[in-house]
Amino acid sequence: MQIPCPICGARDLREFTPKGHASYLDRPAEDADAQAWNDYLHLRENPAGDTRELWYHGAGCGAWLVVERNTVTHAVKGATLAREMRDAG
Amino acid sequence: MRVDGRGLIDRTQPVTFRFDGRSVTGYKGDTVASALLGKGVKLMARSFKYHRPRGVLTAGSEEPNALMEVGTGAAMTPNTRATVQEIYDGLVVQSQNRIGPLDRDLLSVNDALWPFLSAGFYYKTFMWPRAFWERLYEPVIRRAAGLGRITKAASPERHEKAFAFCDVLVIGGGPAGLMAALTAAKGGADVILAEETPEPGGRLLSDSQEIDGTLAAYWVEDILKELQATGRVRVMTRTTVTGAYDDGSYGALERVARHVAPADDLPPECFWRIRAKQAVLAAGAHERPIAFPMNDRPGIMLAGAVRTYLNRYGVAPGRNVTIFATNDDAHRTAVELLDAGVKVAAVIDSRTGVTAQGDYRLIEGGQVIGTKGRQGLSQITYRAGGSTDTLITDCLGMSGGWNPVVHLTCHLGARPVWDAEAKMFLPAPGAVPGMTPAGACNGAMSTAACLREGQEAGKAALKALGLRAPRGLSVPEAEDDPGRAQALWHIEGKGRAWLDFANDVTTKDVKLAAAEGYASVEHMKRYTTQGMAPDQGKSSNINALALLADATGRGIPETGTTTYRPPFIPVTMGAMGAFAEGHGFAPERRTTSDAAARARGAPMIEAGLWFRPSYFPAPGETTWREACDREVAMVRSAVGVVDVSTLGKIDIQGPDAGAFLDFVYTNMFSTLPVGRARYGLMLREDGHVMDDGTTARLGQHHYVMTTTTAAAGQVMAHLEFVSQGLRPDLDVRIISATEQWAQFSVAGRLARALLNGILDQPIDDESFPFMACGAVKVHGVNGRLFRISFSGEHAYEIAVPSRYGDALYRDLVARAEALGGGAYGMEALNVLRIEKGFITHSEIHGRVTAYDIGMQRMLSAKKDFVGKAAAARPGLLEPGRERLVGLRPVEAEGRLTAGARLFKDGDPHTRVHDQGYVTSVGYSPTLGHMIGLGFLRHGPECEGHEIEMVDHLRKVKTRVEVVNPVFFDPDGGRARG
Repeated sequence: MQIPCPICGARDLREFTPKGHASYLDRPAEDADAQAWNDYLHLRENPAGDTRELWYHGAGCGAWLVVERNTVTHAVKGATLAREMRDAG
Repeated sequence: MRVDGRGLIDRTQPVTFRFDGRSVTGYKGDTVASALLGKGVKLMARSFKYHRPRGVLTAGSEEPNALMEVGTGAAMTPNTRATVQEIYDGLVVQSQNRIGPLDRDLLSVNDALWPFLSAGFYYKTFMWPRAFWERLYEPVIRRAAGLGRITKAASPERHEKAFAFCDVLVIGGGPAGLMAALTAAKGGADVILAEETPEPGGRLLSDSQEIDGTLAAYWVEDILKELQATGRVRVMTRTTVTGAYDDGSYGALERVARHVAPADDLPPECFWRIRAKQAVLAAGAHERPIAFPMNDRPGIMLAGAVRTYLNRYGVAPGRNVTIFATNDDAHRTAVELLDAGVKVAAVIDSRTGVTAQGDYRLIEGGQVIGTKGRQGLSQITYRAGGSTDTLITDCLGMSGGWNPVVHLTCHLGARPVWDAEAKMFLPAPGAVPGMTPAGACNGAMSTAACLREGQEAGKAALKALGLRAPRGLSVPEAEDDPGRAQALWHIEGKGRAWLDFANDVTTKDVKLAAAEGYASVEHMKRYTTQGMAPDQGKSSNINALALLADATGRGIPETGTTTYRPPFIPVTMGAMGAFAEGHGFAPERRTTSDAAARARGAPMIEAGLWFRPSYFPAPGETTWREACDREVAMVRSAVGVVDVSTLGKIDIQGPDAGAFLDFVYTNMFSTLPVGRARYGLMLREDGHVMDDGTTARLGQHHYVMTTTTAAAGQVMAHLEFVSQGLRPDLDVRIISATEQWAQFSVAGRLARALLNGILDQPIDDESFPFMACGAVKVHGVNGRLFRISFSGEHAYEIAVPSRYGDALYRDLVARAEALGGGAYGMEALNVLRIEKGFITHSEIHGRVTAYDIGMQRMLSAKKDFVGKAAAARPGLLEPGRERLVGLRPVEAEGRLTAGARLFKDGDPHTRVHDQGYVTSVGYSPTLGHMIGLGFLRHGPECEGHEIEMVDHLRKVKTRVEVVNPVFFDPDGGRARG
């Protein structure tokens, strides 16, 4: 599997570590209720199929990426810098 | 026996090797199998379960029978296929799976017991008495079972691993593969052609046939020259593609030097990882045997293999050969044998209405129903037209048709598709993205069809690459008749009919499995061990599932195949793990003081990837404890030096650096004055402690954070995540500087005196109070000084660029020794910090909160920070949680052990009464008894209580008193003073 790092280009899977669904970027406010925090911490999406995941290019440029991929076919459709995802929305 | 005028072997170069101690001479180009057959040796192995005499079944890597031990001593490799191993002068080969000589194997008694040794025999027989299993049954079974032996010594062989990249990977160098490679290369693609055997050509070298009017073998030579002329094709011979993986990744095993005498400068094998933008699978087909009674004798082999031995090696596997076939293709074997002057006893064809293709006796509608010959075939019995008869023959070439080699198309989870017309499983369309099957593996059974499909696959690859197919391509003329075939999987009769020769699975076993309810093909496989030998059932799985389909009254497609998994052929662990042994197992990180520490005789211990000195033995000391006690006392009374460079050092800069640290630490850092350091606590978002350490403010926008050695990588990734993912609004940049700085702790009441000997500007309590930090010059070198302490003593950490680390360490230790101190190691460091109740990852192991370690007050109420919301959850603030305590034995000599459990007085020492556990222990020479840290329910509330410490594993029980975790200098006066 390869991940197209926006900074380094297509790189081997072994340079990256995953962190789970990209909704981890949507951190609740400090005073959000317990349910919101529980959902954020423990109930993130893990679909069989298309998903958006966080990957860290630790053995490369150090960028955190949002990778669009299919967990069934392992097809990787694209990757965006997490920093830009946050700026965009 | 050899046949004149045939074969691609070099008859001018005789080669002599040893087989079971006897000297055998063959020719350059022979395999062990062809050389033995050339000498008339048919008995090559003993079967797995019944220890039946066996010869070769095939002429390729799918061989189930002729498995041998190759090499001597620790370099011996078992289960090597005699059909793959090429001979060289001095090669030593042994038959295996026998007790005594091959022709009088003592375990052949199993063969007489065969009616009792059916599938599930072990499960059904060795049930009682129960105690006999471990003592008697298992050792005896283990002695008798298993294919081949291992030497149990570390192999001296050093394999290689390598990576390759190409536009088009062509798997298989037969007619389809050659055409695909040529087409792709002419169209401008960079091609790797992987061919399993020593020479490309495939069946074109095994069959006598013509292409474009010339002998096929000459056509192959011409094509190889053309491939070379393109300058774009790398032909890798003796290379088997073993697996297909995601995104065009393929594994391949190259037998670099298995065909020559071992040499120090040649790796025996190389495991390749190939990344290809496109691939063409041209893996060909495996011929299938027919399961007729007693079909396993030496001399019974596949009809196609007979042709291979004749045309590739110039060997006739018998003097008087019979063919038993269900198809037209096998008739060619008879024709070619006759051409070569070998006698053909008859061709028995299961079909009627067939015509002979040469001058041989044809028996139509016939079936072989029995064979004779103890150590080699001597006679067969057949049935035809309602009567039975016998034939004297020493070789039987059988053919039940051909199975496309679909294996690689299934490695990503696709299942092959049954073609009812052709009676074969074919690759599922699009099974592996970017890989196009072509030729026989795709069901194309004539040479012309293979050439056509190869060219089409080459064009398809070019198109996918955005390249244009070259103009003027033509397909060479060749034989274009795929022949007709009948499905005939097994023949009823007296005696066993083998399916899986390697694991001794017969038709009876499969029927028994079906009768006992193992109707799923995957269950049948595991119950009978069908297809679980080194050949993975390449020549038997399809026959077995067809029989299972029959026995369960289902069709073949409904029954389905077992799962095809990589690797396609056996791969030695040594090749797959090349370099990942010894020092290659993991990277080794060494501090700048490593050489100096080793020179002082310090045993090194691993801390993650780092190596750190355990202790520094002094003359006369015989145990580590003596050294450790001395080093602790030295720090407490004078001064000690220890390398702390392994701690993570993260440089954090930017206008928002302070705000960033406020967000990742529980406590405040934006308010920290420049020139000061502060202890910080970091949580995970789930409210549990991630790490701790000191962070120093070197400038208005410049901090340097230290992490624990263990968590340096995790913290770095976390900081990057927070910076990029959660707080991109903060203007801050972070980088690891762990390896750029060598950092040493100088601890003890004489620490300042020591440092003032090397600092260009001396320091005092006023210019450098407790928790101060700043730039200094050390012997003229720009360094950093931090007044921080992990020992509780008056201590500093001094940092210089790594290139000065070795010199500074030696200087510091020498100066310490002059003051009555010296170097100390990890053991003393650990005791010093336990005496002070300082935590490490033994305590903050991922399941504890700030509340648990008594640091709840470090959770700032003035700001948000990572983990704040989750740390406030009620369950994490229960007084009854396991919380940090100190532990001391009630009797001074009492022993504490890390990992032991804690129980209340009088409670049984069982799980339900468990009150907590011990995390760190050490002997405190300062206090004269052992001390420990641990976690106890209601922890701090229990101070002063006596409880039981129980280590069930080490069988230790000690009465301990719960005390404050800070054993020594509780008000911290020594560090400040």
